[in-house]
Amino acid sequence: MKPLINSLPETVFTTKVDDLLNWGRASSQWYMLFGLACCAIELMQTGGPRADLDRFGAVPRATPRQSDLMIVAGTLTYKMAKRTKLLYDQMPDPKYVISMGSCSNCGGLFQLAYSVCKGVDKIVPVDVYVPGCPPRPEALTEGLLRIQDKMMRERWLVRSNGSDERAEA
Amino acid sequence: MNETAQDQDTGFHTEDMTISVGPQHPSTHGVLRFVVKTDGEVISEAIPDVGYLHRSIEKIGEKVTWHGYVPYTDRADYLAAMFANQVFCMAAEKLAGTPVTRRGEFCRVIACELNRLASHLISVGTFGQDIGAMTPFVHALRERETINNLMEEICGARLTYNYIRIGGVGYDILPETCTRISEFLDHFEPIVDEFNRLLTGNKIFIERLAGIAVVSKEDALQYNLVGPNLRGAGIKWDIRRDIPYSVYPELEFEIPVGTGHIGALGDSFDRYWVRIRELQESCKIVRQCLKMLPKGPAISKVARKFKPAAGECYVRVEAPRGDMGFYVISDGSEYPYRVRIRTGSYTAMSIIDKLSKGIMLADLIVLIGSLDVDAPEIDR
Amino acid sequence: MEPSEIFARLEKQFAAKVSDFKGDVQEPYFSVDAEAILEICRFLRDDAELKFEVLSDQTAVDWPKEEKIQVVYHLYSYAHRHQIVLKVDLPRDNPTIATAEGIWKVANWFEREIFDLFGVIFEGHSDLRRIMLPEDWVGYPLRKDYVEQEEYDGISTQRAPLVDKLMR
Repeated sequence: MKPLINSLPETVFTTKVDDLLNWGRASSQWYMLFGLACCAIELMQTGGPRADLDRFGAVPRATPRQSDLMIVAGTLTYKMAKRTKLLYDQMPDPKYVISMGSCSNCGGLFQLAYSVCKGVDKIVPVDVYVPGCPPRPEALTEGLLRIQDKMMRERWLVRSNGSDERAEA
Repeated sequence: MNETAQDQDTGFHTEDMTISVGPQHPSTHGVLRFVVKTDGEVISEAIPDVGYLHRSIEKIGEKVTWHGYVPYTDRADYLAAMFANQVFCMAAEKLAGTPVTRRGEFCRVIACELNRLASHLISVGTFGQDIGAMTPFVHALRERETINNLMEEICGARLTYNYIRIGGVGYDILPETCTRISEFLDHFEPIVDEFNRLLTGNKIFIERLAGIAVVSKEDALQYNLVGPNLRGAGIKWDIRRDIPYSVYPELEFEIPVGTGHIGALGDSFDRYWVRIRELQESCKIVRQCLKMLPKGPAISKVARKFKPAAGECYVRVEAPRGDMGFYVISDGSEYPYRVRIRTGSYTAMSIIDKLSKGIMLADLIVLIGSLDVDAPEIDR
Repeated sequence: MEPSEIFARLEKQFAAKVSDFKGDVQEPYFSVDAEAILEICRFLRDDAELKFEVLSDQTAVDWPKEEKIQVVYHLYSYAHRHQIVLKVDLPRDNPTIATAEGIWKVANWFEREIFDLFGVIFEGHSDLRRIMLPEDWVGYPLRKDYVEQEEYDGISTQRAPLVDKLMR
């Protein structure tokens, strides 16, 4: 049989269903507005006219039920910790978390504080850590692109050897 | 609200609902929470619940050195970090008797007033967004980006500046930066008019604001409202003029007050309008400072091991959200004994309980926006 | 009015209930008896020549060496443009004082904060709850001898070892 390669007309292209799914997900990351502190202002600016996160298909949502991505922007206090967990649990799977800024990475500047949780990863699993105090809009954009990379690598339809259904290629 | 009479009218049994607004809510400006009791759309009680951003900045003050505390004051109010820097440095200087260079004072005023522009832009921009006008927010953020660029040129940071140090400022403002600042002002002053055409003159906007949540003069004093909220209630009081500090006595500027020309005196529109006019006044101040900027060093010589004499002082400045006071006690050591930060938002927050009685749920958002409360300032 | 004149006027009215005037410091202050705080505050607000219509700030300071917690009132008068500082010493083991809520309404929130962070009890306060910290928090953090709990709500409060070394 003639090989299929280069035999199709130029208007047709082939892909894996997995890639198609991932492409769709990666280009429409809806992030939850979860500004906690200083970083929230930079998050606002990133969504604003110059950095314009919309061009990556990322639009802010006010409710966790419609979001794929939680950007934890700012200092997490113990009083807020329980609510953060609750909001994370309300998000539908598959869900991702960006920890934005030193405070949510590890407590940052507020190491000496009695009321600040030393890192959001004590509460919820984190996919990407963005350093900075606060990170510039460019840094946050980079973080978002990393999440996109991560999404593109995931396999949903391949039968994996282990029990993990979200096996990475 | 007469509940039983209403019941007789309609024949319906009405029951109060308790709704939790926040802490994660796009219109509460950070992490604030309100426990709202409503009868349908009408609020019978809105109890503020704060503290979700309590970062123990006051306690940290007792654990770090005087110089080392300046970055923390940034975070005490991230929208107006420059003012918190300034007031802490003023307190330290007052205790130690450190002089501030004249050029340093002017650099401080330039940076502060630019910061006031940035803070008010966020305030009026998000205010429009809360009410449903998305476009002004984007316009405001576009201008803010330019201010951020200028700030970056001045001190290297976009948001948390750490610019004002004990004895002066960290870095001198270069002549090129001065040119760019005045270019920005040329560009910005017409933008305020554009903003007025876009938002302030809008009929829907005015109807949402006029006559809503009126603060009387007595209440403003009882609850110790400060800044634009106090001036919106018709009291002409501005620390820059009335308890002068830095080089403000040499500068000419006006103090806008609420007039009640659209709704009632002290309503949400008055508070908003005061902020818009302060934008123009700040532009004026920066222009004068650029003209008067003297030559000389930007910072005076300050010991690295800064140890002010034992004593205490209370210093206040006029921040965008009003009177910001630092009560600092020194015991003569390298570390402050006690730092207390008194902010405008904290007292503004305490009046919401009273003002919210009888207004509609949607107007609660107007009330929060018009008071311009800011979570880090409330919780610290 | 100068601070010394304010104090003289109060001394004439209240005699021994006000004491220890310090006029040669940055912010002149005097001490007030804890029992007399309400009548003195009311007098300060209502007297035509004093007219302190604003409570600028109310806070507390912990002095473990002297076994006292000091509640500090910063008053300001817009009408006469003068200010004064009042200090009230309370015993450290049972700090209790009457609330100034009835005189300046803003004291409601200031006092809630002091209760939360210092454990000062304000008698007659309408809503004395914790404001900054969660309801189930243990201890009063702004006291000098505050010790942090090992964990809060299942979250460990442990820091990186390097930071522990830096802690004073």
